[in-house]
Amino acid sequence: MKALLDDEVDALFQALADRTRRDIVRRVAGEGLSVSDLAADYDMSFAAVQKHVAVLERVGLVTKRRVGRRQIAHAEVGPLRTITSLLTELEDHWVERVQRIDDLLAEDEPAGSRD
Amino acid sequence: MPVNDTFHDEETLTLTIVAEFAASPQRVWDIYADPRQLEQIWGPPTYSATVVDHSLEPGGRVTYFMTSPEGERFCGLWEVTAVDRFTRLEFRDYFADEDFTIVESMPGSSCVYTFVATETGTRATYESVFDSVEGLRTVIEMGVVEGSTGAINQIDDLLVG
Repeated sequence: MKALLDDEVDALFQALADRTRRDIVRRVAGEGLSVSDLAADYDMSFAAVQKHVAVLERVGLVTKRRVGRRQIAHAEVGPLRTITSLLTELEDHWVERVQRIDDLLAEDEPAGSRD
Repeated sequence: MPVNDTFHDEETLTLTIVAEFAASPQRVWDIYADPRQLEQIWGPPTYSATVVDHSLEPGGRVTYFMTSPEGERFCGLWEVTAVDRFTRLEFRDYFADEDFTIVESMPGSSCVYTFVATETGTRATYESVFDSVEGLRTVIEMGVVEGSTGAINQIDDLLVG
């Protein structure tokens, strides 16, 4: 896993802490969508949706490509994979902790009575 | 591995771990009731844990610090809210400063541990509910886990296929 600076992790999590932004990332993960297409489905102004896309762009979760007069937003899986690895790491820590408990219990004398 | 299952609820920022142990609930409870045993299991080997105060009763506190490989100390404390000896432990887990004062700017988590006797020993369920994604992030930075994967987990679906 690529080591990230704390600031980068901060920025990624802040970018994804917003429901609309998570939704945008999901929607542009496949084919890509123009900002106008995106904006059509949200109950907010075009400018507000543009701002959300800009936040995602800044942290590298979304890139925009110009196709004719339209700007098409695409999701970048690299940062997502990084986040997924971080979260998997969290679970791994718990799995390790459970393993430590198991190891500690295994140190008990077999069939020995404990008070 | 003794871990049976891990699952999340994104709506409630909850992480749940279910594990089966080949020991009685009383024996598993001992790990939490004995600070020297708790130290052995709480942090990863690279972040050795030291338990300072240990009062496992409602209103009691358990204070601890973990030492990073670089020698940096991370302090935390539990505020114990409910205890049903051998079967259930509920506490709030907070970040603390060196004097074990709760750091209010850092979100805590609520933990419920339950231990149920089974034919082969004990089924332990560890549930942690995070106050916010920010709290989760802080825990990641410490390299320590007691968090939920939170809403971001939804993004996992994107990476499949």
